[in-house]
Amino acid sequence: MEINMENKESTNVDKVFEVKDVSVNYGEFTAIENVNMDIFKNKITAFIGPSGCGKSTLIRSFNRMNDLIQGAKVFGTINYQGVDLYDSNVDPVQVRRRIGMVFQKPNPFPKTIKENITFGLKVNNMIDNLDDRVEKALTQAALWDEVKDDLDKNALELSGGQQQRLCIARTIAVEPDTILMDEPCSALDPVATKRIEDLMQSLVKDFSILIVTHNMQQASRASDFCAFFTTKTSEDGKSRTGELVEFTDTNTMFTNPTKSLTEEYISGRFG
Amino acid sequence: MSNILTGRKTENSIKESLFLFLLYLCVVIAILTLMTLIFDVLSTGLNRLTDDYEIGLINKIQIENPRDFLTTLDSRDPLKAGIGPAFVGTIWLMIIVITATFPLGAGAAIYLQEFAPKNRLTRFIELNLTNLAGVPSVIYGLLGLAVFVRLAGFGRSVLSGGLTLTLLILPVVIVASREALKAVPDTIRQGALALGATKFQAVFRQVVPSAIPGMVTGMVLGLSRAIGETAPLIFMGALTYVNYFPDNPLSGFTAIPIQVYNWIGYPQEEWKNTASAGIILLLALLLTMNSLALFIRNRFEKDL
Repeated sequence: MEINMENKESTNVDKVFEVKDVSVNYGEFTAIENVNMDIFKNKITAFIGPSGCGKSTLIRSFNRMNDLIQGAKVFGTINYQGVDLYDSNVDPVQVRRRIGMVFQKPNPFPKTIKENITFGLKVNNMIDNLDDRVEKALTQAALWDEVKDDLDKNALELSGGQQQRLCIARTIAVEPDTILMDEPCSALDPVATKRIEDLMQSLVKDFSILIVTHNMQQASRASDFCAFFTTKTSEDGKSRTGELVEFTDTNTMFTNPTKSLTEEYISGRFG
Repeated sequence: MSNILTGRKTENSIKESLFLFLLYLCVVIAILTLMTLIFDVLSTGLNRLTDDYEIGLINKIQIENPRDFLTTLDSRDPLKAGIGPAFVGTIWLMIIVITATFPLGAGAAIYLQEFAPKNRLTRFIELNLTNLAGVPSVIYGLLGLAVFVRLAGFGRSVLSGGLTLTLLILPVVIVASREALKAVPDTIRQGALALGATKFQAVFRQVVPSAIPGMVTGMVLGLSRAIGETAPLIFMGALTYVNYFPDNPLSGFTAIPIQVYNWIGYPQEEWKNTASAGIILLLALLLTMNSLALFIRNRFEKDL
């Protein structure tokens, strides 16, 4: 799983996202600015940094979830497999179908386990072999063995970790290319967290994964690439804006970071 | 016997017990008032519905078929007067109110809560909805008279009455339905959208089904208020003496509360019993509706 700098620069790793001069505003407030980075295919990329550094904001602009927040505006360009995500003829619904998202708090629909999977399939017209697709998604999410006899049970009766794996299952059921995970383990205990991390390792063969995390051990354990964000305070001291400090392969980030700010954060001297 | 863990009766704890007692007293007063009203109605009305009809303890009159009260016509004789036309009138009103309120109330609430842009106009509408809920019901009677009876030409019919009551309860129903939609966590909407659902699919397949129990409750509360109303119906021209059964939406009509109001105005003692019997019927209707709402709620919550 270890990727070094040579690999990153070589051309045999495809880019899924090309992020150029991206800033995100909420009304007058700039949440994050001037981000430039490339995200690679079939790799796990982790976003780390202190609260309020805009990492969640950034990941939500990758599948246009920010469109739902009134006043949110994305500047710069985000190319996804060569297409500008914010081009006027891009349909955000199609974007979200190709780029799935798993949220901080497990949010299964208050329906049966099966219906949680079939909802996404139905709205995307993937209605052939529904049962097979449900089984495949639950198997891929390492949940099938636990729930195969209870598919008609209310999803809210599952444990937190199972709920989160169900959310991952319904996301991969609609066959996206990329999965965005916004602090998927922050509401889970260490055992459930480990299962999600193992799951990410098996999913990365088929999907590109981006994960926002507060947990640096998680980033160092589970990711191939790592981006460190922090906040800078404006000159008048009134507003704080997020920025990308360093983006490199995870190994370098945790053993030999180039920026002193990164080293301070990783070694626990601030944040 | 005191140590560091022994409690002391401080001034605060006395104040707290006193306050708790006052809160308890409020509950007792509220419940006692309600019980007194119900007891009074039952004690004067129930005997009108049973075989042995007593007034006070002096005379005892046999009524031949006391349960015909529900199906017979009004009469000059309090012991023969039935509530039939008013009962049927109220049923007609309920059907019209439900048919008109459900699509209008749910539609307006879903639009305002889920789709409307959050701008000044929307805020203006929201503010005025709350204001409309507080407008005296007589005003709605005037509006119904002008719009449905005269302008639309429905006359003094049960249709005009039903639509007037719909206007009366719409603000309450919309506000209650919006609250039910608001209570659906935003994570449900986001989860649906993140799977590639359109806004429309997210709202109608996930959010609205989750909000149905709350919306139904709001609807039933509104309906309960509607069938208890007298003033707007009298204002828009409901009749006080009807000796036929309304059989189509354009029939003239009366309703249970109007009939009761009418009966209570007569001087003879027996009318009070007849009127109380009418109130019992109204209470039974309300109770049935609320149980139905409870049933629907439980049903949907189980199916979630």
